[in-house]
Amino acid sequence: MSKRLSVYLLAVGALVVAPSVASAQAQLSPGGDVPYRLVGPPGADFSGVWQPRYHEDQPDRIPGPELTDYTGLPINESARQYANSWDPSRITLPEEQCRVHVSPYIYRGPTNLRVWEEKDPKTQDLIAIKHYHSTYEQTRTIYMDGRPHPGPNAAHTWMGFSTGRYDGDMLVVETTHLKKGWVRRNGVPMSDRATMTEYYVRNGDVMTHIVVLIDPVYLTEPLVKSQEFVRSQRELPAGTWLWVCDPVLEIATREPGEVPAYLPGEHPFRDEFARRHAIPEIAIRGGAETMYPEFQEVVKKAPIPAPLPPPQRGASRVGGPGQQQGR
Amino acid sequence: MVNTQTTSRRLGSLSVAAAVAAGALLAIGSGAVAQQNQNFDAVQIDALRVRDNIYMLVGAGGNTTLHFGSDGVMVVDTQFAPLSTKIINAIRAITTAPIRYVVNTHMHGDHIGGNEALSKAGRFRAGGNVVGDLGAAATATAVVIAHENVLKRLSAEPAAGQTQVPFAAWPTETFITSKREFLFNGEAVQIIHEPNAHTDGDSVVFFRKSDVVSAGDLFTTVMYPYIDAANGGTIDGYVKALNAITDITVASNVNEGGTLVIPGHGRLSDEQDVVEYRNMATIVRDRIKEYVKRGMTLDQVKAAKPTLDFDPRYGADTGFWTTAMFIETIYKQMVEANPPAAKPAAPTRNRRRGGAE
Repeated sequence: MSKRLSVYLLAVGALVVAPSVASAQAQLSPGGDVPYRLVGPPGADFSGVWQPRYHEDQPDRIPGPELTDYTGLPINESARQYANSWDPSRITLPEEQCRVHVSPYIYRGPTNLRVWEEKDPKTQDLIAIKHYHSTYEQTRTIYMDGRPHPGPNAAHTWMGFSTGRYDGDMLVVETTHLKKGWVRRNGVPMSDRATMTEYYVRNGDVMTHIVVLIDPVYLTEPLVKSQEFVRSQRELPAGTWLWVCDPVLEIATREPGEVPAYLPGEHPFRDEFARRHAIPEIAIRGGAETMYPEFQEVVKKAPIPAPLPPPQRGASRVGGPGQQQGR
Repeated sequence: MVNTQTTSRRLGSLSVAAAVAAGALLAIGSGAVAQQNQNFDAVQIDALRVRDNIYMLVGAGGNTTLHFGSDGVMVVDTQFAPLSTKIINAIRAITTAPIRYVVNTHMHGDHIGGNEALSKAGRFRAGGNVVGDLGAAATATAVVIAHENVLKRLSAEPAAGQTQVPFAAWPTETFITSKREFLFNGEAVQIIHEPNAHTDGDSVVFFRKSDVVSAGDLFTTVMYPYIDAANGGTIDGYVKALNAITDITVASNVNEGGTLVIPGHGRLSDEQDVVEYRNMATIVRDRIKEYVKRGMTLDQVKAAKPTLDFDPRYGADTGFWTTAMFIETIYKQMVEANPPAAKPAAPTRNRRRGGAE
């Protein structure tokens, strides 16, 4: 582990632990020396309906990322080429239309989240914590009974296989067996070999959710993201929980078997993000080095790309050498 | 040549990659020697329940599919010969029904190695003239089904230095049509031929009631598509086969589950996993096709890194099927399918006397 990474994870750890410590302190005995619980085993109860707040990374999460914006992502050159070749038209393929956001990503999007506990009726032991996402109607099970993860031959799913434990009042969840998905939904991939550690911390009606994603295929360092949820005081209308997806043929003229993609290096909009926002090219392409404070000095010295010309009536968005890949 | 010491150690730890490598070693022809050098003692068979009466048996070599019921047992692919006892024991731990059918998805040694032992461990049903003509031999073994081209390849004169697969391991029933189908254990079983893909004798087996596809090496989760060109494989056929599999499969409304797919190598999958693999194969094929169209040489194509985005997931620098071999094979087939336009002939004068140019 690099020194920079160690420092970074330490900082993340502090972020995670701080509210947990505060919460634990509140549960010390009157003498202040013996932790005690009023009811049940250690661990906060996260049950209820939670709705996300989008103050953090809002442009990335709600309108969605712009094409070729890989800022802040510790991706390798393979992930970059994958994203630079990704044609958004890919998701018009019937077999891609109902593609679910994997669990490392789904919490960042618009989603209502219902949390409840599954307990053994005879012992009241906590067997699992369940999460239901309105987005894609995904139900996720976080096993709390100590069972092992499946072997390497088991199927992978959008939500993966998750086991959890309480560290004080903080819920720590480990997830494996994920399907291939997004790190960012502009084509930046997450492989099916990725694993995730999550930290759930509750402070009253606010829940902090931190994701540490490790992907040996596409990331050179762990990717750490956080988001906040606020507990809803009332149940939501049924329709807000539903997400029905029926794939249809959207492009009638497409040849059977065609997979929309750009040739490497020929993404027609590859300069658009940098030029629109006057960001040096070295900053938008991602990479672990772009995540750290010292990169600011590098960016200051990098050339700013020319701004985009004003759009002209009737003109296409961007001209350029980009070419749709052969069919 | 693979370092067999290393391979054996990996097999001991049930490394899928090593199993694939070992299997493919047999596949590409040095089979007998390679197999003799393998240590299968430490290999354990992992039986994974796929549906009520279908299991995926993972050991070394290609995955085995087990389907069973009141009519008996069907086994799709039989891994390496030395693993036969372990495969049979794994089957017997699940069901005591007699083995009636062995199906081969293609002709590679890591998928047919156990044919002889498994067919001998089973027996077929026959009567009337068949028994009258053949006697006990008519029912003494299970039937081994494969596409006709599997039998042709296995029965052909082996290349110099290679050993022929024993006669007893050859398919006993072949088909030359696009598919063979029958009802077994109340299940419509379709053995569907996919021409010139991984080899020229590939089949996928679709268990229609259970909604499970056994894909053979037309789909794996551990490596780039292995195009065995020497045995009739082509990248275009491979991509077509992947699309054919996605035509069979039906996902749930969130692209997960539904039809389950047992790959030739690797983990249990569903349609979305096949779609990802199809996307990769199509994109790489189309890139190289376009580069060929532009007149690029093989070295130029390699320098353009047409597989860079997939290499950390499927690529290999060593072994029987490297990334370089994958690129070279596609390049060669794209050049053959799309030969560079002949140089335009030099303008010739109109030789007609007095004619104008």
